[in-house]
Amino acid sequence: MAVTHRYVRTEMLPQQTAPLTERGAVKWVQTNLFSGPFNTILTLAGFVVLYYLLQALLPWLLNGVWNANSLAECRAIIAANAGEGASGACWALIRERWHQWLFGFYPQDQYWRPVLAFLLMLTAFAPVLFSAVPKKLLWLTVLFPAICFFLLWGGSVWAPVVGMLGFVVLVVVYRLAQPIIGVSPGAGAGVVAAVIWWLFLGAPLANFLAGLMPWGLSPVTSDQFGGFLLAITIGVTAISFSLPLGILLALGRQSDMLIVKTLCVGFIEFIRGVPLITLLFTASLLLQYFLPKGTSFDIILRVIILVTLFSAAYLAEVIRGGLAALPRGQYEAADALGLDYWRAQRLIILPQALKISIPSIVSTFIGLFKDTTLVSFVGLLDPLRGVTNVVRADINWKGIYWEPYIFVGAIFFVFCFGMSRYSMYLENKLKTDHR
Amino acid sequence: MAIAADVPKDGFRLSQLIYDTRYRSYTIQIVVLVLFGLGVAWLLNNVIENLAAKGKVFSFAFLWQRAGYDIEQTLIPYTNDNDHFRAWMVGLANTLAVAIPGCMLATILGVIVGVLRLSKNWLIGRLMTVYVEIFRNIPLLLWILIIAVPMRELTPEPRDFVVTAEMQAAGEAPVASMWLGDSVALTSRGINAPLPLFARPLGSLDLGFMSVNLTFLATLIVILGSFWVNRIIVNRARVMQEETGVRPVTWWQSVLVLAGPFLVLMVALGFHLEYPVLGKFNFSGGVLLQHAYTSLLVALVLYTSAFIAEIVRAGIQAISRGQSEASAALGLRPGRTMNLVILPQALRVIIPPLISQYLNLTKNTSLGIAVSYLDLRGTLGGITLNQTGRELECMLLMMLNYLILSLLISSVANIYNRSIQLKER
Repeated sequence: MAVTHRYVRTEMLPQQTAPLTERGAVKWVQTNLFSGPFNTILTLAGFVVLYYLLQALLPWLLNGVWNANSLAECRAIIAANAGEGASGACWALIRERWHQWLFGFYPQDQYWRPVLAFLLMLTAFAPVLFSAVPKKLLWLTVLFPAICFFLLWGGSVWAPVVGMLGFVVLVVVYRLAQPIIGVSPGAGAGVVAAVIWWLFLGAPLANFLAGLMPWGLSPVTSDQFGGFLLAITIGVTAISFSLPLGILLALGRQSDMLIVKTLCVGFIEFIRGVPLITLLFTASLLLQYFLPKGTSFDIILRVIILVTLFSAAYLAEVIRGGLAALPRGQYEAADALGLDYWRAQRLIILPQALKISIPSIVSTFIGLFKDTTLVSFVGLLDPLRGVTNVVRADINWKGIYWEPYIFVGAIFFVFCFGMSRYSMYLENKLKTDHR
Repeated sequence: MAIAADVPKDGFRLSQLIYDTRYRSYTIQIVVLVLFGLGVAWLLNNVIENLAAKGKVFSFAFLWQRAGYDIEQTLIPYTNDNDHFRAWMVGLANTLAVAIPGCMLATILGVIVGVLRLSKNWLIGRLMTVYVEIFRNIPLLLWILIIAVPMRELTPEPRDFVVTAEMQAAGEAPVASMWLGDSVALTSRGINAPLPLFARPLGSLDLGFMSVNLTFLATLIVILGSFWVNRIIVNRARVMQEETGVRPVTWWQSVLVLAGPFLVLMVALGFHLEYPVLGKFNFSGGVLLQHAYTSLLVALVLYTSAFIAEIVRAGIQAISRGQSEASAALGLRPGRTMNLVILPQALRVIIPPLISQYLNLTKNTSLGIAVSYLDLRGTLGGITLNQTGRELECMLLMMLNYLILSLLISSVANIYNRSIQLKER
């Protein structure tokens, strides 16, 4: 009789770990750094570059001195700590003069005003930038320009109040006129009424109110502005005003009306064809020719106007790209629904076109913010060149090179990098396709 | 019929100008035109009044007056006895001397960085990302200053290069020494570099309004000619390959045609380098590259290349994966996949934004003001403007000049763009 011996394994063998070369750090290094001769050379070259960078930078950063009163003292401390001939950063300069980079020559006892304005700005932008913030805060956003102007420049409280009332006049006239004569003529009438208010009624009323209730802050003149206070003032104002202007220009360029289109194209192409510096020089040298004799207004305001026009032209091109990228069917569908031009734009076309162009719009904004440094060429005290030159001219700090530029560059980097990250967040949030 | 009855019979009413869509656009356009005309007239009127009040006359006659200022870097002959017009042209040449090499170098660097950023190599990918983010997010002005300031203030004086007899006797080395076999010297006044010269130049041809450098012309003709002949050779090889399936070996013909005539011309013209020589106080001979020029060029190239790298990356990523998979299925190696499949398609996406980067770079050359580089803005919009006090005329000419420059670049680039775009039939 045959006995069959059968051997059946009743339990699974435990899985063996992968060979050493196929797992963990070794595998990772192999696939990501040394996957072939070319990659190996690249990696080694990368390490060499990194080594030289760190070799030059690390001791300099580690030997940094924060407490000193002059560059010579700085160098003495570094020599005492790290030995003769060692290199080191002298951050003491930043510690002593940081306020000038932030505020320029703004009166020191009034620093709370720009700081408060900056915090209010963050609060005012929050409901626009993030959907989770309660929408009631939008009222602050609307009022913010006047509050900010009052805080920064000071003077009587009634000038900004009366200025804001001009917008109220605009809205009221538009609301009354729009049902009767349509959107564009209604808006035109509103603007005319507001301009009349600002030109003829505003000043006497503000003076009268200031006489009754002389409330206000001590005035600060524009030439005391400087540093990042100036850069942010110009940048943020120009950004906020150039977006609507850019949208209007883009719509005008896409319009069927020949004259409107020609004017818009001419304006956009002219502005985009010349460097910003020439426009800033226009603001400082030529505006005196183009305005009635004897009128002169604030240089910061002049610069803001020119920078706004400049970035509006760039934004118009970006938004036109978004408008052109929309399928024709969207325009036709809006027409088929019986929407008039402005309703179609507001409800159907622009939300989609703006969404497409978000990355380019934000990079235009970043460019604009970086370009605010150019105002130093018309005599304003920008953080990069203006304030740094003032500081480097100080006898105590003569001969300092890298530290101021690194400090200012780092702040610019934080702002611009933050903006680009926000645009990526927004792009992600608004993405509706299923890719 | 009801519909026919609704059509107004009493002809045209004034209110139709606003309510009737047939007429409304005309109304709006006329209103806009009138407002625009009024605005322009108001501005012009102000200009005339202001000019009269200052006692100035709008005229371009100042262009023919003696300029009277020196320009350090002159690509066309210029002395301070020349007129302002000549100074303007020198400035224009200086602008182009930054813009043209700047565009080329930025493109090369940008493409390298953009491609490397997509590399599978983790370290290189990260390094390139850091490069792009740092240069894109910090103002160009800072890059110009951070390169120019140490170059001017930390570099040795020419006298630091001097080796005296006493130093030789004591065996001391000078404070600073030249690079690359005593051919390049970096001093606080600039970079002294060898200057290419011709022992037997062809001279120049005077056409009355301008003179043409015949040596330059001959070199240009020889280079273009050899490229043309090379193209014929390559085309013939391609035709033969398509007919017989075998590609004839042409690389030595190409090398011969491309390099031969050029080398012969250089020998015939007596090409040699003039090296800078240290005199008692300063270097003589060779060419002195101004720090203003170098720092502006380097900063523009580094800054713009970061933007170009992003454009290249986006262009390559815009090509669907199917394309590279298909070419892998055809058996093409990764290098050929990149050259034959990915890049030609990516180029269509890359070119339009690249053009606007070239325009940006050209306009950004005006930032030479930060290092006192005498370009278009420095001459016409700077010293000439200040000397003559003709703000209006100088600014107008300068803006017009930049505008023409931009339009030229964009039209040339657009012709190229049209030639590579997908031809849809």
